[in-house]
Amino acid sequence: MTDLPASKVDLKSVLSSPSRVDHSEGMSYLQSVPRRIVTLYLPLAIIVFILLFPFYWMALTSVKPDEQLLDLDKYNPFWTWNPTFKHFHKLLFESYYPHWLWNTMYVAICATVLSIVASVFAAYAIVRLRYKGANLVGGLIFLAYLVPPSILFIPLATVVYQYGLFDSPLALILTYPTILIPFSTWLLMGYFKTIPFELEECALIDGASRWQILVKIVVPLAIPGLISAFIFCFTLCWNEFIYALTFLQSTSNKTVPVAIVNEFVDGDIYRWGSLMAGALAGSLPLVILYAFFVEHYVSAMTGAVKE
Amino acid sequence: MADVAIPRAKPQMSEDNAWTRLKHNRNWLGFWFMVPAMAFLIFFLAYPLGLGIWLSFTDTRIGRVGHFIATENYEWLWDDSIFWLSVFNTLLYTFIASAFKFAIGLYLALLLNEHMPFKAMLRAMVLIPFIVPTVLSALAFWWIFDSQFSIISWSLRHLGLISQNINFLGDTTWARICVIFANVWRGVPFVAITLLAGLQTVSPSLYEAATLDGATRWQNFRYITYPLLTPIIAVVMTFSVLFTFTDFQLIWAMTRGGPVNATHLMATLSYQRAIIAGQLGEGAAISSAMIPFLLAAIMVSWFGLQRRKWQQGESND
Repeated sequence: MTDLPASKVDLKSVLSSPSRVDHSEGMSYLQSVPRRIVTLYLPLAIIVFILLFPFYWMALTSVKPDEQLLDLDKYNPFWTWNPTFKHFHKLLFESYYPHWLWNTMYVAICATVLSIVASVFAAYAIVRLRYKGANLVGGLIFLAYLVPPSILFIPLATVVYQYGLFDSPLALILTYPTILIPFSTWLLMGYFKTIPFELEECALIDGASRWQILVKIVVPLAIPGLISAFIFCFTLCWNEFIYALTFLQSTSNKTVPVAIVNEFVDGDIYRWGSLMAGALAGSLPLVILYAFFVEHYVSAMTGAVKE
Repeated sequence: MADVAIPRAKPQMSEDNAWTRLKHNRNWLGFWFMVPAMAFLIFFLAYPLGLGIWLSFTDTRIGRVGHFIATENYEWLWDDSIFWLSVFNTLLYTFIASAFKFAIGLYLALLLNEHMPFKAMLRAMVLIPFIVPTVLSALAFWWIFDSQFSIISWSLRHLGLISQNINFLGDTTWARICVIFANVWRGVPFVAITLLAGLQTVSPSLYEAATLDGATRWQNFRYITYPLLTPIIAVVMTFSVLFTFTDFQLIWAMTRGGPVNATHLMATLSYQRAIIAGQLGEGAAISSAMIPFLLAAIMVSWFGLQRRKWQQGESND
């Protein structure tokens, strides 16, 4: 009952794979160049084009002047020679965007820190203390990962209302960990398993307490795993929509995704420029963060699925 | 797995107070280590899950405490054609989107696994749709699928393929295709990158040996790649199916369930009934109705995995 889908792939090899330089040609020399173009580069180019086109379109729309946005026949729609920052100006100085950005950051960082701290303890206890019933609890936490927010938002709304947290960032800070803890606990469990327990044995023999072992040995060794968990949780918080939509009401309290969907969508035919500027400005912080931590991100994503 | 913690020699202690118990008893210490995580999960996950099921048996509205009305909400939904339409939409959306995500994701993973220049950069770029908040990319799709100024309509018109703009989000069939497309677009990177991580652990010597024995590329895939990837495929697809089934934000940003409820999923319908119309009880009944489907999805992948294990003769460790 308690054994979970565990593949034979160990986390270590995945984590080290980005740094492992691949000098082997593999068997690609068996294929001729034209064949590779048709079977590999062409499909890849098409898929990557489709995956990235919406972002190009978002960016282009956000800098196009209004009259070019709606007149597709006079101007070439795929490019603009006179970009304008009017839409960004409107976003930054005539809306609550800085507020929303701050709210999102605040909620995401608080919820992530809370979840990671709780997960470190839980994961360490499950993997290393192996108390009675640890496997069962591990399985339950995995099941908790599978409970989607769209089932929980209605009862949670009543709970949040009863506790007087409605329309306060605290509502999100307390509810987001339900999404983050199961994920990061599983990720960290996998990570802690790769730390040799001989280190802990030595420390135990030298008289260290469990607390000292955790703080001075396990956590420092698990820093890469913690970074992965942190980045991924932060992204999940930023991406979360339904709780933020349900629990927050006043315009200045909203998070970026909810605010852009609700506040910028009006009947104005010229709204597209500012809407796309908002979407771009809401995505950029995450993309920049991602650009710096690609490998951690990938290991978080694959690690949690593998364990 | 070996028992990791070293049972310490029982310390000779005269006073067995709480602090020493905490320091030396594994179960007791484990319990305290679990408290923060468990508190969150119990108060904000397990309790609301139960409360949601209870609410579905009451006539609670926003601002009014409900009374127990047994299965009236469910009977009401049983006769509600919009509810059944949303169930149909959800199943259609989940099956088609998951099938495409799996096929394209696996294909993309196989492509990215080849040796080529700028490999790392390509992989990083592929994942971007997954990083960007779903609602924000859904807004971009909303604009791309605009009825008047859609760039797709414009391109097709200038290629001479269509004579007038396609009403992407205004026509029921097109609206379904568009939201499924956007969902597949968002989900493919996740499937591709996780499967790629699985692919990288398959030893190249297996392919070399098979090729020497005369295996074709298809046979390589069918008899080496696919069997070795099965466990990870099962896990990835379970996640994919679950999250597609309970999708909310993409639909909400693109169509809000329209046109004429053609893209209403169970999640969006429950939001509309519960929060916008204020009928918490009825909304809770709709979201509780998702639970059996989710359990079924989990069971299928669970037993699928178990069966694989038995076949491979592994111990259930």
